[in-house]
Amino acid sequence: MTWVLVMPIAVPFATAVIVYLARNYPAGRWISLAGSVLTLVASGVLMAAVLDQGVIAAQMSNWDAPFGITLVSDYLSAVMVVITAITGLATAIYALGEIPEETESLGFYALFQVLIAGVTGAFLTGDLFNLYVWFEVMLIASFSLLVIGGGKDRLDAGIKYVALNLVSTLIFLSGIGLLYGITGTLNLADLRGAVETVENQGLVTVIAMMFMVGFGVKAAVFPLFFWLPASYHTPYFAISAVFAGLLTKVGVYALMRMFTLVFVGDVGFTHEILIWVSALTMFTGVIGAAAQTDFRKILSFHIISQIGYMTLGLALFTPLALMGGVFYLVHHIIVKANLFFVAGLAKQYAGHTDLNRIGGLYKSSPLLAALFIIPAFSLAGFPPLSGFWAKYLIVKASLEIDAWFIAFVALLVGLLTIFSMTKIWGMAFWKPHPDGIDPTPDHAPAYVTRAMLVPISGLAAMTIIIGFFPEPFVQFAETAAMQLLDPVDYVTTVLGVQP
Amino acid sequence: MEALTAIVIGVLTAGAVYLMLARNFMRFLFGLILLSNAANLTIFASGRMTKGAPALVPYGEETPVGVVGNALPQALVLTAIVIGFGLLAFTLALAFEAYRRMDRIDTDEMRFAEPKEDTNK
Repeated sequence: MTWVLVMPIAVPFATAVIVYLARNYPAGRWISLAGSVLTLVASGVLMAAVLDQGVIAAQMSNWDAPFGITLVSDYLSAVMVVITAITGLATAIYALGEIPEETESLGFYALFQVLIAGVTGAFLTGDLFNLYVWFEVMLIASFSLLVIGGGKDRLDAGIKYVALNLVSTLIFLSGIGLLYGITGTLNLADLRGAVETVENQGLVTVIAMMFMVGFGVKAAVFPLFFWLPASYHTPYFAISAVFAGLLTKVGVYALMRMFTLVFVGDVGFTHEILIWVSALTMFTGVIGAAAQTDFRKILSFHIISQIGYMTLGLALFTPLALMGGVFYLVHHIIVKANLFFVAGLAKQYAGHTDLNRIGGLYKSSPLLAALFIIPAFSLAGFPPLSGFWAKYLIVKASLEIDAWFIAFVALLVGLLTIFSMTKIWGMAFWKPHPDGIDPTPDHAPAYVTRAMLVPISGLAAMTIIIGFFPEPFVQFAETAAMQLLDPVDYVTTVLGVQP
Repeated sequence: MEALTAIVIGVLTAGAVYLMLARNFMRFLFGLILLSNAANLTIFASGRMTKGAPALVPYGEETPVGVVGNALPQALVLTAIVIGFGLLAFTLALAFEAYRRMDRIDTDEMRFAEPKEDTNK
């Protein structure tokens, strides 16, 4: 079992080392691409093993749990690892077209592979301190990727991104220290039992709130999201796509893991807070997007708004809601990364991302217009695309427990999402270009456009497939939710004994 | 001993918050360094403190004899210090580069990524 769990992390790390050595040669980018393909294969093997056995775990260096570092994968971890590998591969292809050679020789692909390794590690670890280490691996890679290739706006964005993320990390770290102080263990499976036996449950709730704030900053929930719209519109499009797809979702994953496995002692308090945080996140995000006129800034605010749906799935804490949350996570990563890819290609054609300064894309590139429509309408929740099922599950879950107001907010936000998407459609695709020109990518070689179109088409196809055949995905999400709500398998697989 | 450490952590955190509220990015960074040390001390103290009993295994034994200090928090703190050092070094370099390119250190005046809207439009 050990290799199955280690490979999805080890492959990108090994690729990073090789790619760094080859950073000055054109071969570097192809090695990076091959590494991403191998990562996808490794994550596929992991997924097959998880589908076969339910939960798999491995103890590093044969130190038995709860003393050593445990790698563990249930359904949720496995699907997150696979989706990370898919996004990584899509980005590696997209980067072939977008990333200039000077940036490559600065070590772009090495940093990118380290980022993928960090994200994957965070999904697979079963140890709290190890989770902190993976967060840091991910953070340092993302810091460098955000500012790589310089420019005033990137440095400005970098300062804000770095500062707020470091503060959240320190809150998370203090939380780890205090939790260790009262339970004496850091193994997630062991913590479940240990937290229950703590006499002073009030302290546990205080620590739970520290984790909520720490992960909340990473996940960009209300009112902790200010770093996101300040930074996500500045880096290379490949980078903002992978950030938008994966990084905030690591925060959501960590919230889901901690608040289903460890902090379930006072659900009435912690999850009630999460419900209102989610509702406000959904609403402020979508309202923020309505005020923007930049392609990527609109999309950035929509990340925030969509995060609200996922945390809502966790906050409602019913099987159906968690199932919707898991489904939403997977659907959202594909759709969001794809929209940022489309934004990059739109800039390639029309020369800018400010919607007031571009237009006429529908006429010059109907293919791109069609490829924008798919993720955009999926994001807004149009049937039969994947976003419809995701929203349907969440709304149905809130209606089931008579949370009428929350259901209303979720539907209203869906409506406002359509407003933003039609705004992008109208201004970037429909109206004529303000300079009266016909936007064409004639200044770029053909392979650039092709390298960018391949991942966009692939991810759009996945959105359609999930939309038309949601059955296996919904069933998968259902099992994942069951494992989250009743983590007996998780605990016994890690510790090897009945809790 | 724990009480003293707790007070030190409190003082460090208070100082950190005071510094981080400043608009000057360097002051913010110093605050971050203090906060990072406060977090490290928190982990250290949460492992309980034992005076003069290093976690050493005597010659010929398999396990330590008697009461010894908890070695795990020390390992955790060491990891956290190294990681924190790396991140702060990066942030310091970032701050320097940002100052060199933008010629300002006041975060309120850093508006290159989000330019102020022209209100007289």
